[in-house]
Amino acid sequence: MPKNNGHQNKNLVVIQLSGGNDYLNTLVPYQDGLYYDFRPSMGLKGDDVIPINDKCAFNSNMGPFKTLFDQNKMAVMMGIGYPEPNRSHFRSMDIWHTAEPFTSSSEGWLGKANSLIDPDGKNPVTTVNFGRGLPRALASQGVSVASVGALESYGLYTGLAGASNRDAMLDTVSRIYQPMADGGFPSRRILETGRGALDGADLLREAPSSYNSNVEYPEDNPIAQSLKGIAQVMSAELGTRIYYAAHGSFDTHTNELVNHALLWDQLSKAVECFWDDVQQQGKGNETVIWMFSEFGRRIADNGTGTDHGSGGVAFVIGDSVKGGLYGDYPKLDLSEQLEGDVHFNTDFRQVYSTLLEDVLGIESEPVLKQKFNKLDLVKN
Amino acid sequence: MTTATSARTDVSLIAHLLRRAGFGVTRDQIDAYTAKGYEETVEELLHPKQEEAADQDLLDRYFIASVEARSVGHADPQWAWRLATSQKPLEEKIALFWHSLLAVGGVKLDHGLEMLTEIELFRRVGLGRFQNILIEISRNPGMMYWLDNQNSHKNAPNENYGRELLELFSMGIDDLGGGAYTEDDVKTAARAFTGWASRPTPPPFFLGPFPMEFNFDSSDHDDGEKTFLGETGNFNGEDIVEIIAKQRATARFIAFRLYLFFVADEPNEPEIERLTDVFQETNGDIRSLLRSIFNSDHFKSEEVRFRKIKSPAELVFGTARLTDRFDIPDMESSSLANQALFMGQHLLNPPSVEGWHEGEEWVDSGSLIERINFASGEVGRTDAPGIQRMIERVGTSNDLLDPEEFVEACLDALGSIDLGDRSKSVLMDHASQVGPFDSDKPESEERTVEMFQLIVSTPDYQYC
Repeated sequence: MPKNNGHQNKNLVVIQLSGGNDYLNTLVPYQDGLYYDFRPSMGLKGDDVIPINDKCAFNSNMGPFKTLFDQNKMAVMMGIGYPEPNRSHFRSMDIWHTAEPFTSSSEGWLGKANSLIDPDGKNPVTTVNFGRGLPRALASQGVSVASVGALESYGLYTGLAGASNRDAMLDTVSRIYQPMADGGFPSRRILETGRGALDGADLLREAPSSYNSNVEYPEDNPIAQSLKGIAQVMSAELGTRIYYAAHGSFDTHTNELVNHALLWDQLSKAVECFWDDVQQQGKGNETVIWMFSEFGRRIADNGTGTDHGSGGVAFVIGDSVKGGLYGDYPKLDLSEQLEGDVHFNTDFRQVYSTLLEDVLGIESEPVLKQKFNKLDLVKN
Repeated sequence: MTTATSARTDVSLIAHLLRRAGFGVTRDQIDAYTAKGYEETVEELLHPKQEEAADQDLLDRYFIASVEARSVGHADPQWAWRLATSQKPLEEKIALFWHSLLAVGGVKLDHGLEMLTEIELFRRVGLGRFQNILIEISRNPGMMYWLDNQNSHKNAPNENYGRELLELFSMGIDDLGGGAYTEDDVKTAARAFTGWASRPTPPPFFLGPFPMEFNFDSSDHDDGEKTFLGETGNFNGEDIVEIIAKQRATARFIAFRLYLFFVADEPNEPEIERLTDVFQETNGDIRSLLRSIFNSDHFKSEEVRFRKIKSPAELVFGTARLTDRFDIPDMESSSLANQALFMGQHLLNPPSVEGWHEGEEWVDSGSLIERINFASGEVGRTDAPGIQRMIERVGTSNDLLDPEEFVEACLDALGSIDLGDRSKSVLMDHASQVGPFDSDKPESEERTVEMFQLIVSTPDYQYC
């Protein structure tokens, strides 16, 4: 692989925690009395936490995360956020997707990254999204992104009832989507897009056949199944650089203790399997996971859950990642709060600029529109 | 021209009109409109009856969460039902036009009720005078919040609304970012709109959202002398809009946008110039402009048929309407909004104040797969009454159909649509693999449906 910025190019796996993951019950300030004061019904202690130092502990459902942390493969971003936080799911997610806190933009940071990685749009699977519809993070003019529900059933007509003649139909459609030399109708661009879509679908549908792994992903765990799909695409070596999957909903206004635990249990097991798989494929050094949520939640609980807040926690995982804690754990004192929430101390765009330059190997400024100080996150 | 050919020409022309002025119609409805005649149909489309929708109670009963809708997610079943079933197609189409041009994003507003209020505003005044539309949207609480006029004060005007009003809603800028107005005009417009804000009214339900209403606060309004686009006076927002509406740049901007939305993705300079004149002659009467578009030789010509990429809304609702399967407002209709979202158009939540980029940008490899899978699924619903009628229509002939006749019969049943030569010949090849079409054979229904599915999978079907 070519070297860029002194780092080897790597591939990025994004896991979006949708709905607003509760920072305080993910990375628990288990020695801070204020935490228990503000969380009378939601404070985690004893067996419900796994201490990582004398201040912070992981939620007890994050066992596999502790292992990765101890192996120095996990960077934990404490107090990550952006100025003038917005507590609307949509708007805040939008800000993380476009990296533009102050204006509304329709282009995503990874969509723009894709067009820098593959300016001529030669590879229809440079970015692969697991899920229906395109997250705005991946949207950019002229960038094609495959959005996959399940690999085996990806492509045309796979959901059609009674399409007994599917092969003949596919053959006919494939003959129609052949770019013509002249302009005319239908336009060359639409025909080329169709060609790319059909080729991409063929590539992706075939990916599982080249996949060979003894890792058993839990069946009844959607994020594990998405990550398995990503591992399958990786093993097919299609030149994919950006993978995207989402997990949720972390919008735990009520019944948080049960739901938040379940979500993290699923996610931890999924990441554990996936990282095993990646290492078996010998790709631990060239794969970096980035995990974020649109916001954290209120410091004080509401009795059974927590409401929308600001400031959060994010994770970067990989053999090439310099593990450890980044940033400061925000103070919980009333005088230090921001309208009942924690203040952020690390701008997420610093992480983006690091991921763009030191992981994907592209310039960050064209994507983020300004220069941010990178973090010293990546080893090689 | 023989009578048969001329009848066919009428049918395909009406079908073209209804794809553009609405979301397409079934083949049976085309017959009904053709019997009325083209110009009468245009007039009927231009004058939707303004009564309260008769099925609102039904809609509210089925979608309880969308009554006084809190979020966009709660609100979109309401619009999806209208788009799937309305018999006033131009009313919904013009609402979609203004929704993208005078775009308010649900993402920031996060108030479903206000989003629906806007769509209703566009239904109510969207075919009237442009000046009135601009006044109404300037008094709209959702817009005031979206573009920060709420935070624009006499002593500290916020320029956001003043700028977008000129740049994106009326006069526009050229490719180099220049406009027929100056930065001073933006600042003056902002001053004139100080004091224009909104306030909450009591919610009808416990914990419901607060419906908002327009509120002019004269104590927060800058009533000093202003110079705007060369005119001087103690202008208020109404005066600014009146001055904007008489500018040639505004006439041209709206003519251009109407052309792109209703006629073709590729602008036609003489036609846009002609429509700019019509705008000025009629004081910006949108109904007159659309009449002038639909009755023009240019609009009727082959040159612009199938020369517009369908937006996701056009593809989803246009195809779904063929099935005629929406009796009650249940998940069947509301899920259509999600389908458009999967294809890149989140109704009630345009991506930015610029609205959606129309045209070829709609189609990327991910969205094309969604489009094809959705459309082929819809025309494969053999239990839907609309699809049954389409199948019967193809099977009415007693004679065997050769591949060309079979493909043509299927295209006709799908609403008198057409394909380019190459796609058509590949489909004829496909048909010829099985031989002539015999409607008496048991597999005839399956063959017909398969051909419908192939037709809606073509690149040609992505155009309207």
